Amino acid sequence: MGKAVVELYGCTRDFGAVRAVDGLDLTVQEGEFLSLLGPSGCGKTTTLNLIAGFAAPSAGRIMVDGLDVTDRPAHERGLGVVFQSYALFPHMSVFENVAFGLRERRVAEGETRRRVEEALALVRLEGRGSQRPRQLSGGMQQRVALARALVYQPRVLLLDEPLAALDKKLREEMRGELREIQRSVGITTIFVTHDQAEALSLSDRIGVMSRGRIEQLAPPREVYTRPATRFVADFIGASTVLEGRATALDRVELAPGVSVRVEVGTALPVGERVELAIRPERIAVQAAGGAGGEADDVAGRVARLIYLGAQTEVTVEIAGGQRVLALVGEPSPLTLATGAAVRLTLPPDAFMVLR
Amino acid sequence: MSARLAVALLLGFMTLPTAVVVAVSFNPTAIMSFPPDGLSLRWYANALTYPQFQRASVNSLIVTAGATLVALPIGTAAALALERGRLRARNVWATLLLSPLVVPGVAAGLGFLILAASLGLLRSRAVLIAAHVALVLPFVVRSVWVSVANLDPMLDRAAASLGATPWRTFRRVTLPLLRPGLSAGLLFAVIVSANEFVVSLFVSNRVTEILPVAMFTYVVNYTDPTIAALSSLFIGATFLLVWLADRLFGLAAVFLPDR
Repeated sequence: MGKAVVELYGCTRDFGAVRAVDGLDLTVQEGEFLSLLGPSGCGKTTTLNLIAGFAAPSAGRIMVDGLDVTDRPAHERGLGVVFQSYALFPHMSVFENVAFGLRERRVAEGETRRRVEEALALVRLEGRGSQRPRQLSGGMQQRVALARALVYQPRVLLLDEPLAALDKKLREEMRGELREIQRSVGITTIFVTHDQAEALSLSDRIGVMSRGRIEQLAPPREVYTRPATRFVADFIGASTVLEGRATALDRVELAPGVSVRVEVGTALPVGERVELAIRPERIAVQAAGGAGGEADDVAGRVARLIYLGAQTEVTVEIAGGQRVLALVGEPSPLTLATGAAVRLTLPPDAFMVLR
Repeated sequence: MSARLAVALLLGFMTLPTAVVVAVSFNPTAIMSFPPDGLSLRWYANALTYPQFQRASVNSLIVTAGATLVALPIGTAAALALERGRLRARNVWATLLLSPLVVPGVAAGLGFLILAASLGLLRSRAVLIAAHVALVLPFVVRSVWVSVANLDPMLDRAAASLGATPWRTFRRVTLPLLRPGLSAGLLFAVIVSANEFVVSLFVSNRVTEILPVAMFTYVVNYTDPTIAALSSLFIGATFLLVWLADRLFGLAAVFLPDR
């Protein structure tokens, strides 16, 4: 990878007694699309505000392009920011909104005109320059905001939940478009979102945040398949967390007489309690007493069924009372009913061991 | 139907005194009788040529312009501070700023009189202007406050991220978006100041007095319809001002509820 463009060292931000960001270290590489993902109140937006200069850290340093910008006000940082509420200037035309940053930089009129047209073309809004923001749809307004933030070629693009205000279909469309634009411009991007699908589909790396800290910073596939903590496993994708005791280097006992083989590449701490996570789509459900099956299959009873169209979500209670979530594709060869006895196949390599 | 009747009655009730004054102003005789006995413009001629009215008109222009020019920026700053500042006891500040509305004019007038006398400023228009600033400030603060409350604070951040200094942000974003509130505040200030009588009576003399005070003095001494003619002109000028303001700033957007 290239060089570091944004660096945070021990950044902390307190609001009264509340610590919104807690000693955060983060390095964003040149051209990278990095998402900060987490529930509301996890400190992701505050982190973005610290980088943008809208808030000052209570402690820690912020570097952009190797320069310490901690004490620089927002208007001297030269970053591009797109807000959830768009924050377009309602009294200016689309053209003037996009030209705002160029005018502040005293770019010549002809050059301004050319670059605004280019930026509008980039977000497919040619010919809309004379309209007022409120005459445009939400998706178009968001694209104006993007053009406005890109037109002066900032070093870093900061996106604060830019798709959250759009309806579902438009959001998915804009997601693809956003990624294309980011790739074509090659700009280093930090994207704040609470939507895991957005983070997984857009990012080079995801920083999963909780309570002001980054729980895990890794590429999407790794965050999904190898969540580092219980929080990450819970937050990203559906998963079942099972508690048990390691009885061998590769075996965990979930309840007396019920144990599963676990293959995670590292040895388990024999004799100690461990937490395992497993994704519902990795679990196979069969009727009890059916043919085939593995030695390690776990027996249980269907506690709840939720029909979702393409699949059915099955909650199975196993011996000892722990519940396991599984997905059965529809139409299913299996007729399931609440209370029915079933057998679960839990592939040893599907387990994730949580810290 | 009955709603229409109620509105018509209300309008009649509100405009009746004005109609009477305008009608009386055309009376050819030297008494203020209603209905008028004929039609004449002699009292208009008298009103426009009476020297004390001319002097008072000039005073009115100076005082109202001065008070408005001072109150507008102060009121705007106050509205911004009240809505966005990190103020302790915001309600106390707001109440204090709006308090001239509830203080009786006589009390305020007496206060200004004593203050001006002890400062030796009684012969100056500065006292009048200062008093008018205090009186119009609540209207300016209220009007601008509404516009400030409608401002998205994110716009400031957006402008800053685009490279605008706080001052440039104020000039290019905040101020233009406060225009409806500013024009409403301006209009209120002009109307309130131009019509102010009680406090002005306390702090002016024959040289500095403004038009409402001069009109009062005239009524005390004479009973002819000159004062009705002058009042009609005053009313006409106010209507013209409001109409112009509406054409220029779109006041309907400020005063009328959203459609």
